[in-house]
Amino acid sequence: MDRLPQWADVFLIPLISVLIAFAISGLVIVGIGEDPVVAVQTMISGALGSTYGWGYTLYYATNFIFTGLAVSVAFHARLFNIGGEGQALLGGLGVALVCLAVDWPHWLVALPVAMIAGALFGAAWAAVPAYLQAKRGSHIVITTIMFNFIAAALLNYVLVNHLKPPRAQDPSSARFPSGTNLPTFQDMFSTAETTLFRGAPVNITFFIALIACLLVWLLIWRTKLGYQIRSYGQSEPAAIYAGISPVRITMIAMLISGGLAGMMAINNVMGEAEKLVLNAVEGAGFIGIAVALMGRNHPVGVILAGFLFGFLVQGGAELQFTTSIPRDLIVVIQALVILFTGALDNMVRIPLAKLFTRKGGA
Amino acid sequence: MKLTHFFASATAVVALTAGAAVAEPAIIYDLGGKFDKSFNEAAYTGAQRWANETGGKYLEIELSSEAQREQALRRFAERGANPIITTGFAMADPVNEVSADYPDTTFVNIDGWIPEIPSNVAMIAFEEHTGSYLVGMMAAMKSESGTVGFIGGMDVPLIRHFGCGYAQGVKAVNPDATIIANMTGTTPTAWNDPVKGGELAKAQIAQGADVVYAAAGGTGVGVLQAAADEGVYSIGVDKNQNHLHPGSVLTSMLKRVDVAVYDSLKAGDALTGGSMQVLGLAEDGVGYAMDENNASLVSDEMKAAVEAAKAKIISGEIEVTAYYTNDSCPVLDF
Repeated sequence: MDRLPQWADVFLIPLISVLIAFAISGLVIVGIGEDPVVAVQTMISGALGSTYGWGYTLYYATNFIFTGLAVSVAFHARLFNIGGEGQALLGGLGVALVCLAVDWPHWLVALPVAMIAGALFGAAWAAVPAYLQAKRGSHIVITTIMFNFIAAALLNYVLVNHLKPPRAQDPSSARFPSGTNLPTFQDMFSTAETTLFRGAPVNITFFIALIACLLVWLLIWRTKLGYQIRSYGQSEPAAIYAGISPVRITMIAMLISGGLAGMMAINNVMGEAEKLVLNAVEGAGFIGIAVALMGRNHPVGVILAGFLFGFLVQGGAELQFTTSIPRDLIVVIQALVILFTGALDNMVRIPLAKLFTRKGGA
Repeated sequence: MKLTHFFASATAVVALTAGAAVAEPAIIYDLGGKFDKSFNEAAYTGAQRWANETGGKYLEIELSSEAQREQALRRFAERGANPIITTGFAMADPVNEVSADYPDTTFVNIDGWIPEIPSNVAMIAFEEHTGSYLVGMMAAMKSESGTVGFIGGMDVPLIRHFGCGYAQGVKAVNPDATIIANMTGTTPTAWNDPVKGGELAKAQIAQGADVVYAAAGGTGVGVLQAAADEGVYSIGVDKNQNHLHPGSVLTSMLKRVDVAVYDSLKAGDALTGGSMQVLGLAEDGVGYAMDENNASLVSDEMKAAVEAAKAKIISGEIEVTAYYTNDSCPVLDF
């Protein structure tokens, strides 16, 4: 295939793909008798037009950055971790157990412990499929998908039979003590005169997600382990010849991946809900796959793609608040974005590559 | 950029005028969606009935994420909507949190439970266990094999509550009866999986069940279908589902969410909070459905027995244990 300049590969292709997806979405909106221009304006002003909108967009983006990173790290070792959903659920359980265990004096004390617990639970949930892949050759795609269901069943059992406060109808844990409540952007950036990010769930976890991106970048491109992971991903026989153990790399890459997915829980469980609910992850594990795919498995790409999907969720909510466009349409838009950036990548890439080589040749 | 700016200021104007005008009520449907063929749809039916009768308008949203619970409540409250009606137990906690910030707005929650109800929150609960008790009695009287089935949706306390009342009704008629209880799943998809519902029903029928009660939202459609295919009886839930398979659907356990929503909308500004309204057999909040589709299935003695039990439950002579009392069921293990 023709070579593209890197900037075109990283930015231009996703951008064109997203634009095509939006154009088709616009046609769908016309098809249901609504005004696509108003729809786009509503989404933009709703998601980015106020600190309140940003507060929700960044909250969702934080979730997607964690799960996107999780998928990316595994993918560098050519392991397709579809189990982000289950790993994040288990991470939530870890975070909840920590938050409920002690009457925490201050969030600064609770947060590191909760982070470790979330990461450990997520990693533990990834460890079994990783071991089965490394030692028995059971395909990681199949086992991680199955572990999502086991995670849902386990969480259901724990919540309904153990963590649910007596008499409550909702199968969710008790509220965490106030010592575990993370500072939101509203707490951090509001001044005496103006309230910013009012009521929005975005919290300090957003910065932790950015730090995680930096650490993943350092790991993959600046450490020996990262080199081994990438070598193994590029060519298993070459990696074995170079003395890299496939079992070790498979295990380590999946443990890091599961840990990152599990850490998402400090955002949605500890930061937003402040209790563990049954439906805590609500698909973020799967959106992480699209985010990683679109972000080319690079932390910067993951941030941008995570932000795009955060925008879609919050913008979609605003569509519902102000227009009569149903919520299913936002799923259509998301699906089109995934379709064009993921599955139909070559549809944009090949004509673009021809265009570039023609220019280069002339 | 200019357009966005124009749009932003335009919405601000709309928001201001909306606040000044007569308050519109709002309905927040839970994650299952407005057209779930069950609980949320019943709320929608009630709202539509109110809109058709009064010509009134209402705001509505179908939630699509957990974080939207508080967001939707705040958005509607700030737009001046009143009352704000929420469906589903998962909204109880967010309503409890948000209500303090909007003292002039009345919030309604159906199905939820909160320990201390704020003065501007009206809680509505249904006595699903008593209604289920009555259909359980009918199941036991109709059963020839002495084995009846129960198929729940997602394994949550509310559904165990349905199953527990049903089991008590069955045992009241036939203490030796066997009750096979299955839940469809542990994720929200369990509310809308008619294929799996059908499989579970077939499995229960293979084990000898000849009446199957489905409390499983959209999944129940598959249960009723399987029962009709296998030539046994089924019991519908929430709304009257007798018409789905006349001659096979023995009856339906009615839960009048539509009436609760209609009444709340009708009360409008006059609605007061601070208490939990429990709708049971006496209030016709729950009950069993009789119509031309199942008239031939229910004998006069069955009807008489069920009516007698209904009267005794209302008078307190029969006490049906609620699952919530001890978070367990005396006659059925889940």
